[in-house]
Amino acid sequence: MVDTAEAIVQAAGGAADGEAAPDEEAAALAAHFEALLRAGETVEPRDWMPDGYRRMLVRQIAQHAHSEIIGMQPEGGWLTRAPSLHRKSVLLAKVQDEAGHGLYLYAAAETLGVDRADLLDALHRGQQRYAATFNHPALTWADTGAIAWLTDGAAVINQAPLTRTSYGPYARAMRRVCQEEAFHVRQGYDLMKALCEGTPAQREMAQDAVDRWWLPAVALMFGPPDTLAGGADARTAALGARVSAQAIAWGIKRHTNDELRQRFVDHCVPQARGLGLTLPDPGIRWNEERGHYDFGPIDWESYRGALADDSHTARRRVAHRVAAHEDGAWVREAAAAYAAREDAPEAAL
Amino acid sequence: MTTTETHGAREARGDTAGFALLAARLGDDALVLGQRLCQWITRAPTIEEDLALSNIALDLIGHARALLALSGTLDGTGRTEDDLAYGRGDREFRNTLLTALPNGDFAVTVARQLAYSHYAVLYYEALAGSAEPGLAACAARAATEVDYHRRHADGWTVRLGLGTAESGRRMQAALDRVWPYTAELFDEDDLVARLAGTGAAASPGPLRPVWRERVHAVVERAGLAVPAPRWEARGGRQGLHGEEFAPLIAELQSVHRQFPGGTW
Repeated sequence: MVDTAEAIVQAAGGAADGEAAPDEEAAALAAHFEALLRAGETVEPRDWMPDGYRRMLVRQIAQHAHSEIIGMQPEGGWLTRAPSLHRKSVLLAKVQDEAGHGLYLYAAAETLGVDRADLLDALHRGQQRYAATFNHPALTWADTGAIAWLTDGAAVINQAPLTRTSYGPYARAMRRVCQEEAFHVRQGYDLMKALCEGTPAQREMAQDAVDRWWLPAVALMFGPPDTLAGGADARTAALGARVSAQAIAWGIKRHTNDELRQRFVDHCVPQARGLGLTLPDPGIRWNEERGHYDFGPIDWESYRGALADDSHTARRRVAHRVAAHEDGAWVREAAAAYAAREDAPEAAL
Repeated sequence: MTTTETHGAREARGDTAGFALLAARLGDDALVLGQRLCQWITRAPTIEEDLALSNIALDLIGHARALLALSGTLDGTGRTEDDLAYGRGDREFRNTLLTALPNGDFAVTVARQLAYSHYAVLYYEALAGSAEPGLAACAARAATEVDYHRRHADGWTVRLGLGTAESGRRMQAALDRVWPYTAELFDEDDLVARLAGTGAAASPGPLRPVWRERVHAVVERAGLAVPAPRWEARGGRQGLHGEEFAPLIAELQSVHRQFPGGTW
């Protein structure tokens, strides 16, 4: 069962989830759901919810969980090469947090009636997505800093509103995730600061990493514009706008992609200045009138390569996950067999 | 210091060069094993195990940092934890061959963890009574942490031993592979004998029978046979490592060495 954005928007058209409940009862359930949203209360697993709402959440939470798990790879690859034992410890703790976030999020998705193993299968078969940002390679040690500062920084801005998202288990998972992510951003900034205060070669490495990670963060962590005014191609913009409008109506999403992107740019510009690094966008300048930083338009067309699954690093990311999963199959089977035997009543042995 | 302190106690505490070497050995064991576990991350059989192995690695790197820093202080060179981890050549490391054993499959890693963590619990507990207060404090803290690692290894040894035919076969093969490397953990060379002789720091040698008893109990609970290796591997404590060791250290030090004079 894999949902496309189109299918979810279509499902959103019908309020009831199609199960044979008497009309009156269905109407009462739907009214209760709407009342929860209006009152700003959370929807809990026991509550009735529209099928489209459930499917949109599964899709979003799974994508988020997958992003945490795949997101371990670019930084995890540097664990063995961290240039000080302090940085090695910090990076270990960070990658460990990401595994933990993956677990909370898969658990949140499971409250919606799906199974973690099925979601992982969908990831491995390429049927569910993860943040395309991670399809960029982490080429130097400084990349681990740039990822933490910029990519996690974008994630915090993206995700902070999700701590108030309408689905209770997701909101609660996100509170913990965001707290830890905010810590990662500070660690990433601190790592970059050390490089910028180091030798010329270290500074150069830091700038090179920012040159490569700025666009993935600003573009891919927020996604294409999801309003009709966003300037993407008409079909994508229209679909994005419909999905986004429905997500906002359901209280799953609280801001458009472009609102969040602007917030991210406004955060990063002074931070980059503090580091003495240049963000690779000549269009960045303060706009007194708007009270925001302007920034250059994102060339979504040239970004198709990163958004698609066909790139060297994208293939590596999934292949790495699949290999780990397949290599570990005998371990999971053993653990399941052992647990089944332990749980079985004495007589069944 | 009191006037009633015996000559022996002063002598025991005074062997700072000996303590420095011992701390470096223990620190190298923790660093190298932690480095091996880092190689697992994102490759573990479950997300829970990625989490558990990174947690264990984090503890081990923590032990390495404390012990190497202590070693650099005690030997009078003032070398930092990073000077020792990143500034030495691979021949200067004094870890046992066991800790550098390649990860193999998950069962080999579990067997290596089983052997090491049972040893580390016993030895750190014994060293908590060392005459060198810095070493005693490191050991006392590390002992409680490696006891969690021991539980993790015990649990997996039993689960794999009793799980499926394949996991049982792999776990047995892993124990057989790792066992020749366990003897070196308990070796009593001149350094250990000297420190133990003055009561400065316990020797690991006398701990071996207890280790054997505890580890054998786990192996038996797992329905597996205790290996009886016909050979024993040693050399790491003298800096005579296997061929796989130099690449491990080269990887560890690669970024640090690429940026001379760098600050991190």
